[in-house]
Amino acid sequence: MSGVSMTSESTLPPPQVSRDLLRQMLRVRRFEEECVPQYQAGKIRGFLHLYIGEEAIAAGVISRLEPEDSVVGTYREHGHALVRGVSAKAIMAEMFGKQEGCARGRGGSMHLFDAAKRFYGGNAIVGGGIPLAVGLALADKLLRRRAVAVCFFGEGAVAEGAFHESLNLAALWQLPVLFVCENNHYAMGTPERIELAGRGVSAKAEVHGVRARTVDGMDVAAVWGAAGEALAEARSGQPTLLECSTYRFRAHSMFDAELYRKREEVRSWEERDPVRTFAERLMAAGVLTPSEWGLWEQEVAAELAAAVAYADAGTIEPVEDLQRFVYAEETAG
Amino acid sequence: MSESSVEITYREAVREAIREALLSDDRVFLMGEDVGHYGGCFAVTKGLLAEFGPERIRDTPLSELAFVGAGIGAALGGLRPIVEIMTVNFSLLALDPILNTAATLCHMSGGQFSVPLVIRMATGGGKQLAAQHSHSLEGWFAHIPGLVILVPATLDDARGMLGWALMRPDPVLIFENQTLYNRKGHLLAERDSNPLQARVRRAGSDLTLLTYGACLYKALDAADELATSGIDVEVIDLRSLRPLDEQTIIQSVMRTHRVLIVDEGWRSGGFSAELIARIMERAFFELDAPVQRICSAEVPLPYAAHLEQAALPQVAKIVSIAREMVGNHG
Repeated sequence: MSGVSMTSESTLPPPQVSRDLLRQMLRVRRFEEECVPQYQAGKIRGFLHLYIGEEAIAAGVISRLEPEDSVVGTYREHGHALVRGVSAKAIMAEMFGKQEGCARGRGGSMHLFDAAKRFYGGNAIVGGGIPLAVGLALADKLLRRRAVAVCFFGEGAVAEGAFHESLNLAALWQLPVLFVCENNHYAMGTPERIELAGRGVSAKAEVHGVRARTVDGMDVAAVWGAAGEALAEARSGQPTLLECSTYRFRAHSMFDAELYRKREEVRSWEERDPVRTFAERLMAAGVLTPSEWGLWEQEVAAELAAAVAYADAGTIEPVEDLQRFVYAEETAG
Repeated sequence: MSESSVEITYREAVREAIREALLSDDRVFLMGEDVGHYGGCFAVTKGLLAEFGPERIRDTPLSELAFVGAGIGAALGGLRPIVEIMTVNFSLLALDPILNTAATLCHMSGGQFSVPLVIRMATGGGKQLAAQHSHSLEGWFAHIPGLVILVPATLDDARGMLGWALMRPDPVLIFENQTLYNRKGHLLAERDSNPLQARVRRAGSDLTLLTYGACLYKALDAADELATSGIDVEVIDLRSLRPLDEQTIIQSVMRTHRVLIVDEGWRSGGFSAELIARIMERAFFELDAPVQRICSAEVPLPYAAHLEQAALPQVAKIVSIAREMVGNHG
């Protein structure tokens, strides 16, 4: 597995931005790590897909967004929700199946939603979110909003018809949408070399008239830089794709024995851990001190402890409510 | 109720409904294959591109999955899309967004998101379009919680249901039987304000014909024929398959005590089975005879006219089974 080689040093974002990016990545990393014991304790059930190793993408892209922009994620979307501003409490409570969760416990790990944050899920159909984002962008365009719809998906989705149909539509109609391909080089256990023919994800996007950039997804500074350019284009009505080469450090889900990849391969990617390497870089640049980092760790640990406590204390929805929300409850308008 | 003096077709009634919707709400737009420049596969949308322009009458590429999915996104984003799918068979290319997204999003998000999307499509056989353009799958879609399934049989419903559907916060699928587009008639001056209510299209006391869509006219013709031999048939047009107006059905059963279902869908696991089950659950002891049904033959619809007609429910068969059920063999 080659992936993207270590790029020459990316430009460091302004100090405060860099610090925020690192802090967001740290929150996501520790949140995901906290999910493991909660799953083992039986408090989180169903499928659980961890984002560990890929944090630079959610942090680098979503921190660039405006409140009126919309975000469409995949089933590996805890990190995207957190960076978008959905609280750790609401996400943890959702995974505990509590009605204080961000989808009242009806969605679980794969279906986090937050209307106020314009966070449209949480989609467990591979590629299913892509046409949705195109439609959100169409609404933005027709309603003359300066908003962008951002859609995350893996390279596995690039083999789906939904990807090709959606990019074609977005390009035909010049919609303000940013497609972010989180290329972690495996569709579940199927390596990229036996799932995608041709010259790769970005080349496929270009064929549809969607401009594409490929960036080192392990380098949050590079992602942040490229996302800024891509978003500016998308906002002007030119649909754009950002392919981020990354790697999932953990198993696909909690039911994955990882028979399809070698431990050495995982280790070689772990050497490029986006959180640790960026922390080291910021310390070397004098933007962050070890004691500040230690303080952040404490603050994040406290945030997560509070999230778990909130989720534990949460209540379950009465069974009498089972059939609510099959249809909308507000009056038509 | 008073009728308009102007005779129009079902096709024109649908077009008028779309025009009205576009004129009354800026958020409404139409998209689908060949709805603009071509004027619609069944000429329903002819002239709308010139009147409303390409932003609101959007020709899509042949991408059912993407443009239905985009319709859902546009609805979430604040628009009121009307998505036209050329025929019901093509809707299967968009079954994923219809079922996995449109029908689930509200519940799955704990009520945060609703999908005010209307999807129209042509359905049904009888035009010799063979096995990939002719099926009646509306009963299948009625299996899915979260959707509203409307089947306008009359010109008034063709005009009235669309505007109603666009006011709903939920996804509504409207199935237009393709044999109805040329049907002529006069619109009533008054609108029927509740498409979710089944209508008694002909009152009777001996037997209930339960039907919807284009089979309504076969049922009415059969009822006329049966009347000549003294059998008084009630004909109910279901209009909405989901939700189902059980009350109107049960009230009719209590009047006639005999039910014959006429359903263009297939029999096995079909919508007619659901109707029978509901009647059994709620009115078993009202029945004087087992409920019967006439469905399409369990074959992919063939091209040859005689075979296609043999596969579809027909008036003669309705008449003969109805006679047997009331013990009158004419």
